[in-house]
Amino acid sequence: MPIELPVHERMYSGHLACPGCGAAIAMRFLLKGLGEKAILSIPACCWSIIGGPFPYTALQVPVLHTAFETGGAVASGIRAALDARGDTETQVVTWAGDGGTFDIGLQSLSGAAERNENILYVCYDNEAYMNTGVQSSGATPTGAWTTTTPTGSPKPTRKKDIMQIMAAHRIPYAATASIAYPEDMVRKVQKAVSLKGTKFLHVYAPCPTGWKVPSEISVKLARLAVQTRIFPLYEVEDGVRYTINLEPVGYLVDEYYRTQGRFKHLTREDLDRIQAQVDENWERLKALARIG
Amino acid sequence: MPTETVKSLLTPGTHYMSGNEAVAEGALAAGCDFYAGYPITPSSEIMEHMARRLPELGRRFAQMEDEIASVCAVIGASWAGARAMTATSGPGFSLMMEALGYAAFTETPMVIVDVQRAGPCTGQATRVGAGDVMQAKWGSHGDYQPVALSPWSAQEMYDMGGEAFNLAERYRVPVIVLAEEAVGHLYERIDVPPSTRVVRRERDPGAAPFGTKEPDGVPPMPAFGDGALLLVTGSTHDPRGFRRTEDPDVHRRLVERLSRKILARRSEICRTEAHLLEDAEAAFVAYGFTARSALEAVRQLRAQGRRVGLLRLQTLWPFPREAVADLGRRVCRILVPEMNLGQVEGEVRKAAGCPVATYHQVDGQVIHPDALVSWALEVT
Repeated sequence: MPIELPVHERMYSGHLACPGCGAAIAMRFLLKGLGEKAILSIPACCWSIIGGPFPYTALQVPVLHTAFETGGAVASGIRAALDARGDTETQVVTWAGDGGTFDIGLQSLSGAAERNENILYVCYDNEAYMNTGVQSSGATPTGAWTTTTPTGSPKPTRKKDIMQIMAAHRIPYAATASIAYPEDMVRKVQKAVSLKGTKFLHVYAPCPTGWKVPSEISVKLARLAVQTRIFPLYEVEDGVRYTINLEPVGYLVDEYYRTQGRFKHLTREDLDRIQAQVDENWERLKALARIG
Repeated sequence: MPTETVKSLLTPGTHYMSGNEAVAEGALAAGCDFYAGYPITPSSEIMEHMARRLPELGRRFAQMEDEIASVCAVIGASWAGARAMTATSGPGFSLMMEALGYAAFTETPMVIVDVQRAGPCTGQATRVGAGDVMQAKWGSHGDYQPVALSPWSAQEMYDMGGEAFNLAERYRVPVIVLAEEAVGHLYERIDVPPSTRVVRRERDPGAAPFGTKEPDGVPPMPAFGDGALLLVTGSTHDPRGFRRTEDPDVHRRLVERLSRKILARRSEICRTEAHLLEDAEAAFVAYGFTARSALEAVRQLRAQGRRVGLLRLQTLWPFPREAVADLGRRVCRILVPEMNLGQVEGEVRKAAGCPVATYHQVDGQVIHPDALVSWALEVT
């Protein structure tokens, strides 16, 4: 089945990402979904590098690279100035990694969401601080190896549920998206920018370098994350109306975990515990969708 | 202060490691039992090393959500009795400034390793700089006196990793190891001694935790659980820890004592190292990695018959002004090379009393000895 996407490209080739970088693929789809006029605010993350040095940048939109903890705040300021100048057409988009969203940037994101700033905040999630050398983040999944959760003491806690956090702010729109489902992702970007207020997209973006996988399987892994229910595709409107966009096959988590070097130390019992977590999260999501 | 000698954790003798690993090992050897941090280039190897080593030793490691959280966890841990540290680089160090002032004002012993990179702002994240020298001293608001050390080798990273804790405990003060990327990422030989001398906290549960009779005293450091009712506050407090936010005398006495307790002890805190100064007519005053280049330049200039020496500053704050003043009386000219636009230069000028020439380089590279040789020939 051919993929139907907008044909325009606002990201050139020649970016500086590692081979197979999910974050680079995700940016391409974001820009396909955005209108002609957009400004990106990018706090410290892999994309501080990937875009390349101006004027050789891979991006055809203006970018404000900003400090790590300020994704929500800087976008708020840009939006205020555009509004003051009567420009309501230009989209203001924050593009941040998981560390800049789940951890150091959570305060400014929460502030922006509470004020219901008219911005789109996109978190591309590669599940660790990859740009500084694979340190654990609040988005790192249970059991994963990183340089700060070495195999002797892998990450004991769960990945932070950023979607629940954002939904609790009762923002107009929050959705998950994946580089393995480009039409779904582009549709969500288009829907987000059609709404006023704070919109949040959580995009799954595998990192071959940090996950210790071959570069050619990042899209496959992203698909597996959806089909194992580890990263289901869903939307939350006004913080309460949940819609699951795709019914996953429900493969066992082993299919996903066994392909990745960062999980190779996990035992059968570990995987069973992780399966139970995933099942529990999925049942909870289904229940929320039923209520919604 | 009570001290004890503890056996080194690493096998005594020769090791080969980076400065970042060495400062972590030096801290561990001196009893660091809590590390809280947040990844940032070029310091992340310290955190990664701690993430592996602390659990091995049965001690605690915590990855925090940002640098504010990191330094504040360290403050909390120190008050609960731990020897606690964090490490960072420029942007993270900037975020730590409010807490640095809090630590100075509450007299919290703790260690921050700042592996400096080329700033300001994000700057050149992987490149070297020495632009945080003034920030270490003046970064938080109000008057206070931190201690800052400047290592020039992996060996000194190891040594200062331990010494920083001893200074912090002895003077109840935040101590900053002002390393530079070039030292943090420098792999070289270090010699691990069989044992390390460790300053222990003086336990005196009945004593006033925040004041002394002397105007420059250091009160004994209590800890939660020691038996005294303890209230720690960043507001102005009297010797017992009661908030006194309207009392002019309490505020003045406290702020003055916090400065005096460090400045009055400059002679025991400040360390400098003299290289070929006996007959010198001109001298470099340098610190950190730049002192390595300066020493090589001195050797080359000596080979050309120039009587040049080097005074290396191992302590930057409190500034070793007596050593520089003494040097200024003996030489005709002082040469200050720095990887910034002139930060220590001003302190040298204040102390030296002789002509001072300066060399600034902010291109993210270490200063080459040849550049210092040409410059020295020009200005002397």
